[in-house]
Amino acid sequence: MSAYLVATDKNFKAEILESDKVALVDFWAAWCGPCMMLGPVIDELAGDYEGKAVIAKVNVDENPNTAAQYGIRSIPSLLIFKNGQVVDQIVGAQPKNAIAKKIDQYI
Amino acid sequence: MESNVRDIVIMGTGPAGYTAAIYTGRANLKPLVIEGFQPGGQLMITTEIENFPGFPEGIRGPELMAKMRDQAAKFDAEFVSGSVTEVDLSRRPFCLTLDDGREFLTHALIVATGANAKWLGIESEARYRGKGVSACATCDGFFFRDCHVFVVGGGDTAMEEALYLTKFASHVTLVHRREEFRSSKIMSLRTRKNPKISMMLNEVIDEILGDGQKVTGIRLKNVLTGEVSEHACDGVFLAIGHAPNAGLFKDQLDLDDYGYIKTKKSSTETNVPGVFACGDVQDFSYRQAVTAVGTGCMAAVDAERFLETIR
Repeated sequence: MSAYLVATDKNFKAEILESDKVALVDFWAAWCGPCMMLGPVIDELAGDYEGKAVIAKVNVDENPNTAAQYGIRSIPSLLIFKNGQVVDQIVGAQPKNAIAKKIDQYI
Repeated sequence: MESNVRDIVIMGTGPAGYTAAIYTGRANLKPLVIEGFQPGGQLMITTEIENFPGFPEGIRGPELMAKMRDQAAKFDAEFVSGSVTEVDLSRRPFCLTLDDGREFLTHALIVATGANAKWLGIESEARYRGKGVSACATCDGFFFRDCHVFVVGGGDTAMEEALYLTKFASHVTLVHRREEFRSSKIMSLRTRKNPKISMMLNEVIDEILGDGQKVTGIRLKNVLTGEVSEHACDGVFLAIGHAPNAGLFKDQLDLDDYGYIKTKKSSTETNVPGVFACGDVQDFSYRQAVTAVGTGCMAAVDAERFLETIR
């Protein structure tokens, strides 16, 4: 299983916005219970979508700029990016299938 | 018994589900535990638990749940990730279908699906969810540093959320629809004593205001005078109670007027023999981690006795 991409304030533009693939970005923090629950789901999605979509996580503690830029006020928040634009957003932990369905809409 | 049929399936992984798993595991019944959409349950989003016996220093919710899980795993409980989307209790063994299509058959079923935070159900709430509207202070308080936030509700959860938010917010206003709080004395006293918290009583939310991107204020309506007032704020945290996760069983188990699963007095038996309910999904009155643990144990014992009758 391939690992998810660790997105940061530094690499966000290159890895997410300029990616030629659809990207799912999970904004999370270690002190957030629902984020920890979502963790294994993101791991699995990273494996399932290897080569098809970018699956990434942004730690909001370490990357406040990116979180602020996208107005994140609740975590976990999942943003779906296509061609550098936010095309969809999921707030709160969701079952894997529901997230996969959303990604599939944009691939 | 058929070999591919389980003796016991437990739905839910809050204190009730884990306790049922510990007891049935220890009784060598090899329980299968379906984790549900929020593994660990509601305590995963609480901070400090001060009233769980055995932890005089208090314990963090996620830590307590990890310990319960380890204890269940020690007795060979098997965990399956995913949520049940369909149940058929009209056949035996019972049949459960998961969100990924997997099916499980079981002779006995323990329902420990818990409850979840209620939302107001107004359009502006949905529009600004994740943009200033939240039902989880421990998750989202961090984003409201030096902001003014409103907390809506009058129970222990509302007090906890308000107190927790004072760590980040410059000011917290607690809004409640009545004069009196439903919360425990100790919690309302702590809230009243906190200099960062003010109260607005006899008020209900009329609308959550925003600029399209984020919450900018709240419109309240006084229930006594009908007067409407607008207040600027950056966040609105809802703590207006919980609803049981019993929708799946609507036409198959007897539910009460509020949607909780009905159990027979002093037991966890439902109206379908072999189906047992424990924890918040059947508990309108107490809704504590400790009572969930208690009924989780009862469900395990009840299920074990039931299995003996069909062997």
